[in-house]
Amino acid sequence: MNSEHCRVAIIGAGPSGLALAGELAQAGIDDVIVLERETSAGGIPRHCGHSPFGLREFHRVVTGPGYARRMVARAREQGVMVRTGVTVITIGPGIGPGRRLILSTPDGSQTLDAEKIVICTGNRETPRAPRLVSGSRPLGIINTGALQSLIYLKQRLPFKRPLIVGSELVSFSALLTCRHAGIRPVAMVDSQARVTAWPVAALLPPLLGTRLLLNTRLKAIHGVERVEAVELVGTNGAPERLECDGVIFSGRFVSESSLVKVSHLEMDAASGGPRIDQYGRCSDPDYFACGNMLHPVDTAGWCWSEGRATAASVAASLDGRLAASERKLAITTDSAEIRYFTPQVIALPAAGAITNPRAPHHQLQIRLQREATGRLVLRDGEHVLCARKIRARPERRVLLPLPALESLRQCQTLTLDFQPA
Amino acid sequence: MPEYSASDSLPSDVFDIIIVGSGVVGCAMARRFAMEGARLLVIEKSGDILDGASKANSAILHTGFDAPPPGSQEHGCLVEGYREYLEIHARLNLPLLECGALVLAWSEAEAERLDSLLQNARRNGVSNARIIGASEVRAREPEVSDSVEAALEIPGESVVDPWSAPYAYLLQALENGASLARNCELSGGHFDGEQWQLETSRGHLYTRQVINCAGLYGDRINHMLIGESDFGIRPRKGQFVVYDKSARGLLRSILLPVPTEITKGVVVCPTIFGNLLVGPTAEEQESRSDASVDSDELHALTERGMQILPGLRQHSVTATYAGLRPASEHKDYQIKWYARQNYCCVGGIRSTGLSAALGIAGLVYRQYRDNGNRHQPPVDCRWPRVARIAETDPRDWQQAGNGGILCHCELVTRREILQALDGPLAPDSLAGLKRRTRAGMGRCQGFYCSAELCELTEGRMSQTLPVARK
Repeated sequence: MNSEHCRVAIIGAGPSGLALAGELAQAGIDDVIVLERETSAGGIPRHCGHSPFGLREFHRVVTGPGYARRMVARAREQGVMVRTGVTVITIGPGIGPGRRLILSTPDGSQTLDAEKIVICTGNRETPRAPRLVSGSRPLGIINTGALQSLIYLKQRLPFKRPLIVGSELVSFSALLTCRHAGIRPVAMVDSQARVTAWPVAALLPPLLGTRLLLNTRLKAIHGVERVEAVELVGTNGAPERLECDGVIFSGRFVSESSLVKVSHLEMDAASGGPRIDQYGRCSDPDYFACGNMLHPVDTAGWCWSEGRATAASVAASLDGRLAASERKLAITTDSAEIRYFTPQVIALPAAGAITNPRAPHHQLQIRLQREATGRLVLRDGEHVLCARKIRARPERRVLLPLPALESLRQCQTLTLDFQPA
Repeated sequence: MPEYSASDSLPSDVFDIIIVGSGVVGCAMARRFAMEGARLLVIEKSGDILDGASKANSAILHTGFDAPPPGSQEHGCLVEGYREYLEIHARLNLPLLECGALVLAWSEAEAERLDSLLQNARRNGVSNARIIGASEVRAREPEVSDSVEAALEIPGESVVDPWSAPYAYLLQALENGASLARNCELSGGHFDGEQWQLETSRGHLYTRQVINCAGLYGDRINHMLIGESDFGIRPRKGQFVVYDKSARGLLRSILLPVPTEITKGVVVCPTIFGNLLVGPTAEEQESRSDASVDSDELHALTERGMQILPGLRQHSVTATYAGLRPASEHKDYQIKWYARQNYCCVGGIRSTGLSAALGIAGLVYRQYRDNGNRHQPPVDCRWPRVARIAETDPRDWQQAGNGGILCHCELVTRREILQALDGPLAPDSLAGLKRRTRAGMGRCQGFYCSAELCELTEGRMSQTLPVARK
């Protein structure tokens, strides 16, 4: 088995991984390798054949594939080595200094030892199986990601009249992808009372000849070889049969953290990603994580910015400027309204220790279970450290700026609450 | 010719044996008779082998510890099938996970019943079974719920690859002279006192003897060919939930419940591929083809799984499926030669077919021989080695020239997929390709690899995802 060494290995060449790699290269750190298991780099935007991407990064509006190409080109110009068709099989403590990855390449397996490893493996949609939907298992049941890859990358149509399950932003992306390919979805269904994406989006499906069915649940899928029909249940409880030839399960993004789950790194059960501190550091401080694997799902632009910001932490960690924490304070919550938050740990350096760079996670990023209005509070016992009034919907990013580290130094506990209005 | 393709015409001369059905029993039967030198043809109505009852099971290789008593067909076949699998698996390159099983008792009442289970195990020849206390269960399975009282340990219960085992049996049959015709549905037949003329969707076929291994349709084939059947098939559906490979570390052994009069109950076990399986349900139904899953039942299975292994809560479901077991009104198998009609029925192989198949084939062959039939076994019996894709096996992604990984969740390479498409018994549908390679069977269920897989397989199978080009 071949072995190699590099200073920083980044797993995943999506927006966060590429931005992070480029920023490290800019900072003069050579020997940065980005590992991408797909045959081309760019991540999810590669197959989002629609606008708008790139406003934040390139100051112009481009499509997903155009955005992916620009990101990859820029990273390569900055001196980053992007290696495609390479799968990381396991991550774990290496021998001696450095950390070891076991890789699979078309030439067989090899190891790669790195001083720092950054996991940027992104997120994916929830497929049919974990949703425990009834019925048979015919052809034509896919996620938006597979739909987009088929249409934009391979120019192939998996069906003509599918049903779209979900009403998140990505569900509308599925709708537009269908329209682009001449596919006419029969309906878009969501068990919620309102569209999860922006309210105005509710106007779109009818314009495109697609029924929007809210308060409606997909009960079962029928079909022998291909999907033939679905069974829907509305508020009145009576099942309705709807003929269609495919089902698109859109959204309900989950962290693609399979590598982390079977590693030595601590997981955060709520977000499905690794536990990190405000610097993006994992429980093993030579490992960092970044992007949508921490907070499914956010825009490419957000992940790109987070990648750049996390690069400062990684660079500081490489040359010893990121102090080992004297104390770690875990943030906990008992609120049933809070689905997840990140970071889960605040690392407190010793007073007067080396000055750390600005933390990429200087605000808590939170997702709520359901639509709610109220107040987010971070407290130490009864002492409120910071609070913010919010009105938020599920799948929407909610931010709570963290107080300065100095003011947290005396804290005994950190508790996050949501107080409904 | 080992396999007649869809465009080949089938031969019109007389076979020694025609086997109806290429489920696990038909595959093992073909292997046994081919290795004894019979000239035989397997006919399969579906476009793929193993497409009925054998498509979905728990993949456990049973010792027979809880089987009907010695003297029953099931017990004899299980014991022989189990032993023969152990003898031949390495030569065919088939995997075996010798993980053992624990029958877990969750109450004092259940713990008391372990004694009679132990007696049954000993009666059935499983002499190394023993009862262990709660502390030993916990030491062995630390993730099992604290409320466990005691367990019966059966060290010999193992896990196999439910796909590649029967595939290897049939492949060995073909390499030793047998042949196969898929998409060949039997519609009638006549025995003239010396030989059979069978009517199929691919024309007339002639054979001296017929062996009915038609699984869920066994009784119907009986009625069609000999006008009677000693049993009726009562399909029993079993639904399963497959957990992500991240959950594999939660257990070492197969975890069985104490059975009741009505059901064997829900099993939690590892799969040979490194997943964790919870199931099956046991639901009697009319349909012999409807293997649909039901949301409520699946939820109940996940709940039961989490009661047994609380840590399952942290892991996600990778797949759900249902299998149909060809149970009958009888407790025992219904294996019977109709000597005057040169006809054998192998029916009612309710749920232990994967474990017993080799033993069933042995029993049927001995009866055939005792009826006065003999053949010249092939001089150099061939032993094909099949591709192994079990969790602990060396895999193609470790080798040079693998073409890169296409299915990231299951680590399936492009070369593995092309080999399946180009190899013997090639798949003709995406489902068949999945069964052979596991491509698309992982946690993302095709989010990442569907498009690549469609491109790679285009024009090479009749049933794939795309319906048109843009």
